[in-house]
Amino acid sequence: MIRFNHVGKVFTNGVVALKDVSFHVPKGQFVFLTGHSGAGKSSILALIFAEQKPSEGEVRVSGYQISKLTAKEIPRLRRRLGVVFQDFRLLEYRTVEENVGFALEVTGARPETIPNRVMRVLTQVGLASKARAYPRELSGGEQQRVAIARALVNDPHILVADEPTGNLDERATRGVFQLLREINAGGTVVVMATHNMELVRDTGYRTIELRGGRIVYDSGVDENGELR
Amino acid sequence: MRYRTPFREAMLTFRRTPVLSGLSVASIGFSLFTIGLFALVALNFRKALDVLAERVEVVAFVMRGTPTEAISQATQDITAFPEVLELVYVTPEQALGRARRELVEFKEAYRDLEVNPLPASFEIRLKPDFRDAVHAQAVAERMRGFPFVEDVRYGQDWVERLDKIRTMAAAVGLVIGLAFAAVAIVIIGVTIRITVLQRAREIAIMRLVGATNNYIRGPFLIEGAVKGVLGGILAILMSWLTFEAFQRSTGEAGTTLVFFGPLQMSLMVIFGTTIGLGGSLLSVGRQLRNV
Repeated sequence: MIRFNHVGKVFTNGVVALKDVSFHVPKGQFVFLTGHSGAGKSSILALIFAEQKPSEGEVRVSGYQISKLTAKEIPRLRRRLGVVFQDFRLLEYRTVEENVGFALEVTGARPETIPNRVMRVLTQVGLASKARAYPRELSGGEQQRVAIARALVNDPHILVADEPTGNLDERATRGVFQLLREINAGGTVVVMATHNMELVRDTGYRTIELRGGRIVYDSGVDENGELR
Repeated sequence: MRYRTPFREAMLTFRRTPVLSGLSVASIGFSLFTIGLFALVALNFRKALDVLAERVEVVAFVMRGTPTEAISQATQDITAFPEVLELVYVTPEQALGRARRELVEFKEAYRDLEVNPLPASFEIRLKPDFRDAVHAQAVAERMRGFPFVEDVRYGQDWVERLDKIRTMAAAVGLVIGLAFAAVAIVIIGVTIRITVLQRAREIAIMRLVGATNNYIRGPFLIEGAVKGVLGGILAILMSWLTFEAFQRSTGEAGTTLVFFGPLQMSLMVIFGTTIGLGGSLLSVGRQLRNV
């Protein structure tokens, strides 16, 4: 599903974000990306959803080679992915159902199919009763659930989450994390960047730790670099 | 939940941000209004020049004793000139009568004449497009070709001066008009850019969920065009109010002034719409490259 092969990323201002990063995420896996701020977690995610292109090496996501993506192919790739951020990135003047439906509208989905699909994912994230509410009327945890519902509504193969619990209290964190686990249990690859080591520790999911733009630990591979 | 078409989305922007939308329309309106005022001045100045140009006339004096047949034949030939709007043959008697009527100060001198000193003449009025020195001279030259024509006059100095004024007015009008248009384009462009920047986050989210550039552009283009149309209408309204006020304050003299016709008003709205569309296209394009 996701393959990084000797990937390096240097920004135009000269900052080196990633150095010789290689890993492979097969179907159905849940992967944590951990490390301090500036370690390279967000850069890896940005490469996955084609916000950035690699400076060297090769990134393959869901059959697309990121460095060779044309402007027309980027939306196609993103429709196969779901992306969730720490700051939710919801449209404030749209209701919950409109925020979620919006992700379907942009794909050209048939208008009559949108309400049902939206309600299905809102039920999945436990927010069907808040469909008509605006983001400002929701708690942080609820807003993040809306963002997850928006990411899920296109039935993505991969869900990319950049510090999704970073702005949430402990209870909301548990709730959102549980939701991501359920999504993964349904077969979707989840790649989640986080600082929250408590969350990582007890799950047994694959963990890739980054430091200074390099992978320093990967629980998913053996000493020879082969997937366990 | 209602499905949002690009048009509905664009209209919602006006409801969501009424102040910013209103300011955009006002800035487009005021920019076009300055162009409108200048265009009104130019239009009326041109009209005044056209009224002056109506006096451009070629007069060919005919020798005494020219046979009537020659005059009739020449009348037919001259009427066929492409430049000629109207041809009048003035007999010596008519010329004298007119002189007595119009030149009051020589009334006494003309009263007791035994012989009419005034010659017959052809008075030629030119079509509007030919009322300049070049065409007047061409017609004059052709008239000189008739053997019975003694002399030809068309007020050469005056026509040449009128030509110069027209050329200068057109050049100055073009330069100032372009300058006004350029300023309007810049102001409108900046206004639209502000509205696009205000929605940069929304554009970024749209891209994130897989919206194509065309999908994102759609509502912005419609919004830009609608603002352009409204700005154009506002500019016409302001120009009309200013025109009315000016006309009223100038009294009798103001009644000769003219306002834009339907074509010029449509052009103003089309200009506003084009700038609105173009500005939106450029601003969104720039924003799409940045996210």
